[in-house]
Amino acid sequence: MNTDRITEKLSILADAAKYDVSCSSSGSNRKNKNKGLGNTGNGICHAYTEDGRCVSLLKILLTNVCIFDCAYCVSRKSNDIKRAAFTVQEVVDLTINFYRRNYIEGLFLSSGIFTSADYTMERLIKIAKKLRTEENFNGYIHLKTIPGASEELIKEAGLWADRLSVNVEMPTEKSLALLAPDKTQKTMLQSMEHLKTAIIANREEKKLFKKAPSFAPAGQSTQMVIGATPETDLEILYLANGFYKKFNMKRVYYSGYVPVSNDNRLPAIGTPVPMVRENRLYQADWLLRFYGFNVNEIVNLENPLLDIDIDPKLSWALRNIHLFPLDINMVDYQLLMRVPGIGIQSAKKICAARKFSRITWEHLKKLGIAMNRTKYFIHTDNVFEKKDWQPWQIKQFILSDGNSKYKPNFSPQINLF
Amino acid sequence: MNTVSYDGSFDGLLTAVFEVYEYKIEQPFICKTNIASVSLFGKLHCVHTDETKSDRVLKKLKDKLSRNALLQLRKTFLSEIKDIENVLLRYIQYVLANKISVENNFSHPDVLMLQQTSRKVDREKHRMEAFVRFQCTKDNLYYAIIQPDYNVLPLVSKHFEDRYADQRWLIYDGIRKVGLYYDLEKVEEVFMHFETDLNNKDQLKAIYDEKEELYQSLWQQYFQSVNIKARKNTKLHIQHMPKRYWRNLVEKKVFNKQ
Repeated sequence: MNTDRITEKLSILADAAKYDVSCSSSGSNRKNKNKGLGNTGNGICHAYTEDGRCVSLLKILLTNVCIFDCAYCVSRKSNDIKRAAFTVQEVVDLTINFYRRNYIEGLFLSSGIFTSADYTMERLIKIAKKLRTEENFNGYIHLKTIPGASEELIKEAGLWADRLSVNVEMPTEKSLALLAPDKTQKTMLQSMEHLKTAIIANREEKKLFKKAPSFAPAGQSTQMVIGATPETDLEILYLANGFYKKFNMKRVYYSGYVPVSNDNRLPAIGTPVPMVRENRLYQADWLLRFYGFNVNEIVNLENPLLDIDIDPKLSWALRNIHLFPLDINMVDYQLLMRVPGIGIQSAKKICAARKFSRITWEHLKKLGIAMNRTKYFIHTDNVFEKKDWQPWQIKQFILSDGNSKYKPNFSPQINLF
Repeated sequence: MNTVSYDGSFDGLLTAVFEVYEYKIEQPFICKTNIASVSLFGKLHCVHTDETKSDRVLKKLKDKLSRNALLQLRKTFLSEIKDIENVLLRYIQYVLANKISVENNFSHPDVLMLQQTSRKVDREKHRMEAFVRFQCTKDNLYYAIIQPDYNVLPLVSKHFEDRYADQRWLIYDGIRKVGLYYDLEKVEEVFMHFETDLNNKDQLKAIYDEKEELYQSLWQQYFQSVNIKARKNTKLHIQHMPKRYWRNLVEKKVFNKQ
């Protein structure tokens, strides 16, 4: 192996893959087979880059040669950058050797599209198959599904991979047509549909025959670029909600657009990455998936944008102040989770503890509840913390109390002093 | 206050708990033998670890506690926090004194303490599963040094045994001078003294497999390449990867030298 060449390839092809934000390595429960190498479980983040994102998989492109010309992508055909490609054996060696040293949970392989969608997909499958069959590798494998690849290939990919994903890229068809003229939402949705059907069929089969081979046990995910185009959070979250409901997606990832091009269809280079908005979208996403919120409770026609300065759960509570304050000793679990400052873990602990004794203000503090926000929305036996504050007052109190790392980004105006 | 001294093992602690009941020791204060001191008006009671006694306590606890709570008890013990023995004693007394299950009564200070401490230990265990960096030696042994805050080595054994079933590995706790060695058949505890500073390049060449340096440098390259400079967030980076772990992390060494 030529040391310099492989190092250069790795730097080019890791650099090109990093804008795909999916990093999860959980959801699959692959056991170590016949004393081989690896297994999967809840997923481990083995390192964190200096931007604070986790590194759990070896995330690389097979090649950054691409026949498509998507404006937001570094690897677009018209971009003048160094191109490189790994051989199948190189990817296998890197994965195995990184894995053996406990650097990673597995492989996340994507690729630029060369020759055709099917041709590219075949190469990706070849690597996954080789890892599973020749190396007895039982770690995590996430394969990108190339939009437009045939149904047969998608089916084969699912036999070797833990997770498959098709990126929807843009929140609306219109933006996609503007920025990625070679792609259509229809082909993407078709690929997702194929995946969904195959996954459901496999889960049914597994119920009947326990030994049936697993098909993409960690399901499918997708991602869209945020902030490159003018969509509102309403459009983004409704689309995400649709993915969860209609396609049984495990995850929808929101990737704040990092300017990589001087194209005048896109924000200019140097424009800050919309990190706060991205963060708020993830918070909203969690409310949808774990807190039993309906999408129209978070965003709706009157409130098409998420608040930037406060989180979506607090926004919801302030809009629905008539529901509060709640009696911490009486309120049921579902509603308890909706109180700002109380998460799923805390809600569970409160429910467990109040079977033994009445919960007091002191107990809540000891349990680690974020009282600076919770106190406006609950009361206990004898303590009524607040009078009739107006929502805007509560918001002011909480904001002046808290110390958000995003604070400098809240104000649309430049501070003079 | 009466001092009850034990040998520092988990069985030893359970024996001590047993004897607190057996000898009806009033105001007991449990501590390890090597640091035991007698208070002015108190007595010293020396406990000799006895498995029949510790097993009886364990059996009683199994009747009273869920599997999870029992695990929490053990994890809290492994935290090795000062005076944790007395928290555990009070917890056990509280559990045994009640007819109903009280392990979820988080408004009780000791129950809450156990829950919180075991979570800290859990977090450290998880970090070790993440931050172990094996280096491959000439005779194909995958070797790693860790310096965990808590004694989590016994807790990570199964994880590594399940995952790396086809390679010989050794994980060495540089603080407690004890290691886990897997010989392709089973995991064993090994006691030895190791030079913990093997970061020197010349030493690397002498001991390690010829490919080791290549893969370390590839990993460092990868770690740098996946970083998005426009999103720099040092605070978050350090929050997830506290500096005290850096000395054993291949990807952070490159930065240390600069």
